[in-house]
Amino acid sequence: MNTAATGAIVDDRPTPILRRPFFWIMALVIAAFVAAPLIGDNVELRESLLLAAVYITLASNLNLMLGYAGYINFGSIVFFGLGGYISVYLISALNWPLAAAELAAGIAVSLLALVFGLGILRLRGAFFALATSGINEGVQAFVANFEPWGGSAGLYLPTTIFAPLGGPMRALWVIYFLLVAVMGASLYLSYAVKTSKFGLGLMAIGQNEDAAVVLGVPAPLYKALAYSLSAFLPALAGGLYFFKSAFIQPADAFDLGLSTEAMVIVMLGGRGTITGAAIGAYLYEELRGFLLTSQTFSNFQLVVSGVLLLVIVLFVPGGLMGWIYGRWPRMKQVLE
Amino acid sequence: MLGIIALIIDGVLIGSVYGLAAMGLTLIWGVMNVVNLTHGAAIVAGMFALYLLTSGLGIAPYAALPLILVGGFFVGVGLYWIAVHRMIGRPPLMILLSTFSVNLVVIGLGTAVWGTGLFNVQVSLPGITWQRYTFSGTHILAAVLTAVIAGSLYLFLYHTRLGKAVRAVANNREAAELSGIPTTRVLSLSFGLGVALAGAAGMLIATMFPFTVLAGDAYQLKSFVVTALGGLGNPAGALLGGVALGLVEGFAAQFMPVSWTLVIEFVLFVVVLIIFPRGVFAFTRT
Repeated sequence: MNTAATGAIVDDRPTPILRRPFFWIMALVIAAFVAAPLIGDNVELRESLLLAAVYITLASNLNLMLGYAGYINFGSIVFFGLGGYISVYLISALNWPLAAAELAAGIAVSLLALVFGLGILRLRGAFFALATSGINEGVQAFVANFEPWGGSAGLYLPTTIFAPLGGPMRALWVIYFLLVAVMGASLYLSYAVKTSKFGLGLMAIGQNEDAAVVLGVPAPLYKALAYSLSAFLPALAGGLYFFKSAFIQPADAFDLGLSTEAMVIVMLGGRGTITGAAIGAYLYEELRGFLLTSQTFSNFQLVVSGVLLLVIVLFVPGGLMGWIYGRWPRMKQVLE
Repeated sequence: MLGIIALIIDGVLIGSVYGLAAMGLTLIWGVMNVVNLTHGAAIVAGMFALYLLTSGLGIAPYAALPLILVGGFFVGVGLYWIAVHRMIGRPPLMILLSTFSVNLVVIGLGTAVWGTGLFNVQVSLPGITWQRYTFSGTHILAAVLTAVIAGSLYLFLYHTRLGKAVRAVANNREAAELSGIPTTRVLSLSFGLGVALAGAAGMLIATMFPFTVLAGDAYQLKSFVVTALGGLGNPAGALLGGVALGLVEGFAAQFMPVSWTLVIEFVLFVVVLIIFPRGVFAFTRT
């Protein structure tokens, strides 16, 4: 970016992380998520924010692929579902504590994503996108036929599972705060990647992969790493989400609708922006709440997602943040 | 031994219809370099068009084919202007997203209207019995009609002026434009043709197997596998690739549950793309 010409920034040294406004904006958002439902013990608000936190986690991590590297991942929900399955299995069958099960699920899913990613890393553009949806189909077929995980019937957790967290009522709060932590980690991960050399390489791949390769970006490796990195936190979110519902089955865990919604969110907020993914997720969650309660629209949720995505792609490809940057260019220095 | 021959014959019959579906995909891909993710939706639309025409209007199943071809063509031209035209020249990611969103709208409407249950079109057609094996009449007629449609497509592409224009645009759009070919019209025509072929394939599949609103994804995947096998933008390769896929499916079904078919196809897709990036049957190119 040639900011020297406009005279805005001449000093090229990076600002220390604690003096960057965006660092504190993210901290404020997380603090708001923690504090808002605590005021007046608002359970309804907590449930709505919990869903928003899941959406933000999925969208931010999808953004690493879709926004930074310009690669569509149709199967981002695989990470969420597999994370859920692994941790529910470890808790129910092997009696692991929640924290250990979560960590194991996150690491296992990331490693698996790295293996898959290295397998399909040579594919580009549309082929990569199709292969990712194949991974979704493949994993789903595997889980539906895998007896230890209950096949298509799924796995249940006994109600006593919440006892170590202080009973069901307290456990729901604990899970909520953990999910907010995962969401916060997603935001900071997006930020860290965006400001790193790795992120620069991903952005270069997104702009022009051939040129990036010529300039020395190891594109296949970077894509596989981004794919694997974008798996970790959604796997944790999936583990917590299905621990909360104490029940998991293939149709819920690998709901392609959620993958689609994550894509709509990223495009709605603005591809490649962290603020966009967060605001998009919040807006979409609100819209979805309205659609589900509206009699006319509850059957047409998929149609609404589709029309929304089409309108964004056709007319506002930069999304919300693209529009904001266009109106107020100075925002580029504050919001990432 | 006889069983294997019977398996091969049926695999070829079904596979040729997969080839027809893939021809629609590969035509669009080859001419305008667009990966059409509405392909699965077009196949499902063909299936439900057959269902509506036969059960609603009482039209004979195979009389619906020309109607579906013509209807599919016009829907395809419309789709081109709505979702594709503005995207030409933009990053490929955007075309994937725009066609994907149209796919969502179609599948969403279908789910809202028909739900996700199984549908079935009754076609009574005598089969041909050979030794202990009976080849279903619908499979044979589907393969014959596929051959007719593929032959007509060949005649159109190689023996008409308009077909020549389509091939010219596929080769080099700028050069075609400079030679006075209205490329935008050719692009919309090709998209219409591609959707019409997908719809016709869907209709033929519906005469053979039961179907659901959500079946499109699986058949779209098959088309992509076939395209990978046959090489991009290569209708003749698509037909061969389709037959190859039909055979693979027939044999795979002998050894493992049907729910694994999709997984095998995906593995095949990735392996073929990595080992033969130009396609296995890519010896000819339009």
